[in-house]
Amino acid sequence: MTFWSDPINFVAQWLRDVFTGWGWSSGLANAIILLLGALVLVSFAMLLDIFLVWIERKVVARFQDRLGPNRVGPFGIFQPFADIVKLILKEDITPVGADKLVYNLAPILSLTSVLLLWAILPLAATIYGADLNVALLYLVAAGALGTLSIIMAGWSSNNKYALLGAFRMVASMVSYEIPMVVALLIPTIITGSMSVREITLAQGDGGVWFFIVAPLATVIFLISAIAELGRSPFDLNEAESEIVAGFHIEYTGMKFGLFYAGELLHAFTFGGFLAILFFGGYRFFGLENLHPLVGAIIFLVKALIGYWVIMWVKYTVPRIRIDHMLGFNWKFLTPLSLVVLMVTAVLNQALAGSETWVYALVMFLANVVVGWLTLEILRAYSRSQRKAEEPVVESVAQAAHH
Amino acid sequence: MQSEWLYIGLFLLVGIFIPVAAIVISALLGPKKPNPIKQSTYECGMETVGVNWVQFKAPYYIFALIFLIFDVETVFLFPWAIALNQSQPGVLGVFVAVEGVIFILILLAGLVYAWRKGALEWM
Repeated sequence: MTFWSDPINFVAQWLRDVFTGWGWSSGLANAIILLLGALVLVSFAMLLDIFLVWIERKVVARFQDRLGPNRVGPFGIFQPFADIVKLILKEDITPVGADKLVYNLAPILSLTSVLLLWAILPLAATIYGADLNVALLYLVAAGALGTLSIIMAGWSSNNKYALLGAFRMVASMVSYEIPMVVALLIPTIITGSMSVREITLAQGDGGVWFFIVAPLATVIFLISAIAELGRSPFDLNEAESEIVAGFHIEYTGMKFGLFYAGELLHAFTFGGFLAILFFGGYRFFGLENLHPLVGAIIFLVKALIGYWVIMWVKYTVPRIRIDHMLGFNWKFLTPLSLVVLMVTAVLNQALAGSETWVYALVMFLANVVVGWLTLEILRAYSRSQRKAEEPVVESVAQAAHH
Repeated sequence: MQSEWLYIGLFLLVGIFIPVAAIVISALLGPKKPNPIKQSTYECGMETVGVNWVQFKAPYYIFALIFLIFDVETVFLFPWAIALNQSQPGVLGVFVAVEGVIFILILLAGLVYAWRKGALEWM
């Protein structure tokens, strides 16, 4: 192993030699190296977060036929730095009657819950933080911490809008957690492991990307991830036309900035998990074998594409009503995800030991059949709904005529 | 495995340190000129009426209950999903999957019951 073939692990090994050379115990040296690694990764995530603010503003501007930030630096790329300076220099207002401790903890927890997800992201074959064997459960648990931060913000602000926003957010987040967990179960069944690293490894070297094996699970994961993020069309928690800004209405300055940074990084991280679970992670047809950093770049590009899709949905689809949102989840997404799970489990066992391409083809066809049946049921239902509504519409029209 | 969880713990410390540092720096650099109007609760220019911790709609509670049942049962599904690949191929392997399917069908029966009872309507 030389510096050029694997810089990160080379530096880690070099530091380990230096520390043990100073007479430190190997356990302490290891802990210091892990701490340094965590610092580097968190700093990288925060730098990326600053860059994401620029991307988000530029992309929303293009969707709305505007230019976006273009004054500070080339293409306005230094705009987020100006924003950060402004946020830091703003006065920090705590509303009267707020629960001070909880009020201050909420933005911290909001960003921490997102940063915690970065601990398990495998950036490349040799660049990964913790290879947990329960990584998918960890993903769900860290997401639940994000929910908690929103309840804390809404409850402690002493504001009715904030409280309403928090209620709505909790309703949507806990509901959409069910299809998300079921969608996470499907890569687990195919791989036989909850480790994100093993899921990535199973999608290369004679395996196929899981979005071919489980296209419906990919879509279910994407929808529930958007709901979990609280982004449009599920952004009832901060519906600015009804409840002003929802749970972060009373937050000013850097505390608001932390919520905003947490939301953007969360969206990017879910793009990353979409890439890892269904689109091969850092793998791209053998290109990742050239160099670990190439693998990391492939992963970041895939995560950015996932993030772009989430933005695309956000700026295209209007907000939906809360009863529609909960109905969509409990009457459509949850039953569908459970059916897909049953089909995947039975076929996975029936096809055990068969060729990879046979396995992928049968799984794909099974998904197509389930998807088609679902659409047929929905069509029949909407036809019956229209039939039931038509006489009402006619009688209303006649009444108006008379 | 120990080192992995040590890394998670250290990551948690760093992850808490960064936002705390941002808030502390902001508190040190920002102005502090509080007054009663500025610190009052935001309400579109009106005076706030009544208590701010209001009662909430009952359906939120019902949806939380349904979620709780499903969440506990999906936790049972994870060990099953992992053991699935390690089971014997052939008829026995399919039988393991069918056992899981029966469990999921019971789950779905609970969902249909809640649906028929009208618990999924927003009233």
